[in-house]
Amino acid sequence: MSAVPVTLRRTVELEIDGEAVRAREGETILGACRRSGLDIPTLCFGETLTPVNACRVCMVEVEGSRVLVPSCARKVEDGMKVKTASERVRHARKMVLEFLGSSVDLSTTPRADEWMAEYDARPERYGPPAPPAAEGERDRAQAGHHHAGDGQTAATVAQPVKVDNELYVRDYAKCILCYKCVEGCGTDWQNTFAIAVAGRGFETRIATEYAVPLPGSACVYCGNCIAVCPTGALMFKSEHDRRAEGTWDESQQTQTDTICPYCGVGCNLTLHVQDNTIVKVTSPLDHDVTSGNLCVKGRFGFQHVQSRAPKGV
Amino acid sequence: MDLRIQDQTATAVEREAVDAVLGPPESGWVGAARTTTDGHFAVGGHAARSERHLLLPVLHAVQARAGWISPGALGYVCRRLTIPPAEAYGVASFYALFAMEPRPPVVAHVCTDIGCMCRGSDELVAELQRTVGPAGEHPGNGHAIWLESPCLGLCERAPAVLVTEAGEDPSERSIAPASADDVAAALAGRVPERMTPEPVAQQGSPDVRLMRRFGVVDPESLDSYRSHGGYEALRRAFALGPAGVIREVSDSRLLGRGGAAFPTGRKWEAVARQPVRPHYLICNADESEPGTFKDRIVFEQDPFSVIEAMTVAALATGCEHGYVYLRGEYPLAWERLVNAVTLARRHGFLGENIMGQGMRFDIELRKGAGAYICGEETALFNSIEGLRGEPRNKPPFPVDSGLFGKPTVINNVETLVNVLDIVLEGGRAFAQRGTEGSTGTRLFCLSGSVERPGLYEVPFGTTLRALLDMAGGVRAGRELRSILLGGAAGAFVGPDMLDLELSFEATREAGVTLGSGVVMVFDETVPLAPVLLRIAAFFRDESCGQCVPCRVGTVRQQEALLRLVSDRPRGSVEDELALLDEIARGMRDASICGLGQTAANAIESALRGLRPFRTEAVS
Ligand SMILES: Cc1cc2nc3c(=O)[nH]c(=O)nc-3n(C[C@H](O)[C@H](O)[C@H](O)COP(=O)(O)O)c2cc1C
Ligand code: SF4
Ligand code: SF4
Ligand code: SF4
Ligand code: FES
Ligand code: FES
Repeated sequence: MSAVPVTLRRTVELEIDGEAVRAREGETILGACRRSGLDIPTLCFGETLTPVNACRVCMVEVEGSRVLVPSCARKVEDGMKVKTASERVRHARKMVLEFLGSSVDLSTTPRADEWMAEYDARPERYGPPAPPAAEGERDRAQAGHHHAGDGQTAATVAQPVKVDNELYVRDYAKCILCYKCVEGCGTDWQNTFAIAVAGRGFETRIATEYAVPLPGSACVYCGNCIAVCPTGALMFKSEHDRRAEGTWDESQQTQTDTICPYCGVGCNLTLHVQDNTIVKVTSPLDHDVTSGNLCVKGRFGFQHVQSRAPKGV
Repeated sequence: MDLRIQDQTATAVEREAVDAVLGPPESGWVGAARTTTDGHFAVGGHAARSERHLLLPVLHAVQARAGWISPGALGYVCRRLTIPPAEAYGVASFYALFAMEPRPPVVAHVCTDIGCMCRGSDELVAELQRTVGPAGEHPGNGHAIWLESPCLGLCERAPAVLVTEAGEDPSERSIAPASADDVAAALAGRVPERMTPEPVAQQGSPDVRLMRRFGVVDPESLDSYRSHGGYEALRRAFALGPAGVIREVSDSRLLGRGGAAFPTGRKWEAVARQPVRPHYLICNADESEPGTFKDRIVFEQDPFSVIEAMTVAALATGCEHGYVYLRGEYPLAWERLVNAVTLARRHGFLGENIMGQGMRFDIELRKGAGAYICGEETALFNSIEGLRGEPRNKPPFPVDSGLFGKPTVINNVETLVNVLDIVLEGGRAFAQRGTEGSTGTRLFCLSGSVERPGLYEVPFGTTLRALLDMAGGVRAGRELRSILLGGAAGAFVGPDMLDLELSFEATREAGVTLGSGVVMVFDETVPLAPVLLRIAAFFRDESCGQCVPCRVGTVRQQEALLRLVSDRPRGSVEDELALLDEIARGMRDASICGLGQTAANAIESALRGLRPFRTEAVS
């Protein structure tokens, strides 16, 4: 007799775009769709994170539901009838993409351009962007108050990039407020709680307390927030600097998997190397030790590998 | 959890304010002076973190004492409650009434919302700008500022102002109606008089049910309440037993008055059935829908009735712990509520053995801090729990997993107060009043361009015209232009709709809503474009910011309206109207909660029905 408890997962039968689909009980609609080969855009969804369903780009239509439902969070149910490409669904995705595209810099968000085209999103419809906020201006916004302007320019979250340490930068002009970094830094993984969502409405932002610079905050530089950021708002300084110089070139990069040398946990590292220099370190999301997370040593402690003897010695 | 607290330390008065809520700190670990024994034990774990629900009351205490929430004060709060400072900052900065930067002690919050726009707030603001200076700027002495505010829930006495003074003896006073002189005097340091409630127009009328004690009972006396029929319903409820009470409520076919019109009996039964304990009961008195003031008046005039009704609800649904979440801008209602709970507790109507029946139930009070969204039930749970007031995804529904993840009954004030009559006269008798689909009576908040603004109670099925007539019709014999039904989340209807029957079913059929009972009247002299802009600004300000369709959609809606109003559309007017329509559909279909889903309703209805941009000169 085995003493190991066996959990029996029921199978659920549902219909997706007219096709009968079998899914595991507890699976999300997104999971079932992806297994059926459907490509649904997602931004705030993360394989390793609790769904917050905040971005609303993955919406689908479920028969009987008054409003659309977020496929990344809603669990499948027996007899559910799901539409993933109806006019309502396509319109919702288009609006979400336009709203983001007109207010946030998506230039380093993978697949953003492709989705914009796919859903005919035209962010320029909302007018030219309003001038960027001055440094710290958005950090100080008081909830319940705003400057409306005259509507001739589209409000954005543009603001100067925060470079306050040597390891990574925070470019909140690129932030879509997906909550992933906060989850990664908080209860989902790191339990450091250095950053949180602050403010309200359009003035909502990711911030340390009173927007103090990272070195004065609780941050331990694990970089687990960078690992989950879907937009490049959080970025290795090495990547940021190369991008600024125009020398960042992913086609010239190799990825090498190795094991972190620092301690006995044995985290998997993926070293991203360009011009014989490590430019960034990640860990595979599906790795059973790390789930993509590292500590400061594995993430940033790579300089000694490439410390070269000064010229002429 | 390791807390890293900023170096600034709290001042002595800030610590005092916090300690007044939490009691003195027990050890150096939580902010007391260090002693030699502190190193011999550690605090932390679940016990230390279980205090987070005290965050909102403590932040209120700091704000009231110091006038703002300084880094030092927040750090001390975090130490006391074991909350990471970034999270506490995220919570504090969510609320409009908390200042995260130094602010003068006296603040006049001047309502610039749509009800007050009909009754002189524009002139009031212009006068303040002239005599005091722009909003947010310190006049002369640096002791006081004025700020613009969304609806203060005093629309029947518009224009309204709330004056808060931080300090050793903090005060909060409403002034309504307010003149520029009143505000200037308050800014100069004179604490305004406590507001005296005005009698409702139907005072003493045999037709009213929910308001029958208004003006008759002494709202500060439990004895007076009892001598006017108070606590008879609870006595009857004990006789009926929990299942009997739920049966009567189900038979009454009472529908929730908070906006969603959900059957109360079904909600109660679902919670009563839950094996998981504890169950929580919440009275939703956040009432921040522009144009709504009914719950405030209930607390001002008959606060004990809410406490009795909550006790009946608790008996029926097996709750031992209840909360009243009252919006933060209601000083008089708050005072009377605090007094009523204190007296009820003292006389055995709350506590361990209520009315000697062995029932245990008590009520905790929570004050909002300037966030409309906290009226949304799941946002309200988060607010009580000391989190940001962001709505949760549903399912799970509150009856399964609500406050602290436990089965929770949450009802509007007016819904609860109806239960007293239901228990007393029986559900079937109650259902005799009103219409087939909407039983009982309804409180309507009449404001704007009406002769006698105020609270009116009529049976469901009364026509809009009859209701308007009760309030004396459009003020000064002017012509009716339109009526906002149901609040900012509702819809404008034109004079052609005066024969609309006020019931859930008839309004649904007409594509409008009763919402929170708002009936705001606009006469032909009120320009509608600024009203629509104010509504758009309201939703932009009050969006919690969590989901993209609402966070950005409310901004894009406001921008498109601004372009229309200033007659500088991108493309043609038709293009802009089509764009607004697309934005509206996106928000309605894809937003997480009712705020985003309804943020375009009123504007859309006005554009559809009234076309203010085509038919009138706007400026
Ligand atoms: C944005 C928003 C604000 C709300 N504000 C309130 C409120 O102030 N008071 C209230 O009773 N219900 C409010 N509601 C409705 C509540 O979510 C909930 O449905 C209600 O409290 C249930 O009580 P009832 O069944 O007695 O109506 C609000 C809903 C939304 C979406
Ligand atoms: S680097 Fe780590 S500790 Fe710092 S903010 Fe990111 S997740 Fe939090
Ligand atoms: S910084 Fe990145 S991970 Fe964090 S909320 Fe913004 S987009 Fe998401
Ligand atoms: S609809 Fe608006 S208020 Fe509701 S969750 Fe989304 S952003 Fe917040
Ligand atoms: S991916 Fe589903 S809501 Fe963001
Ligand atoms: S109090 Fe000013 S609009 Fe309600």
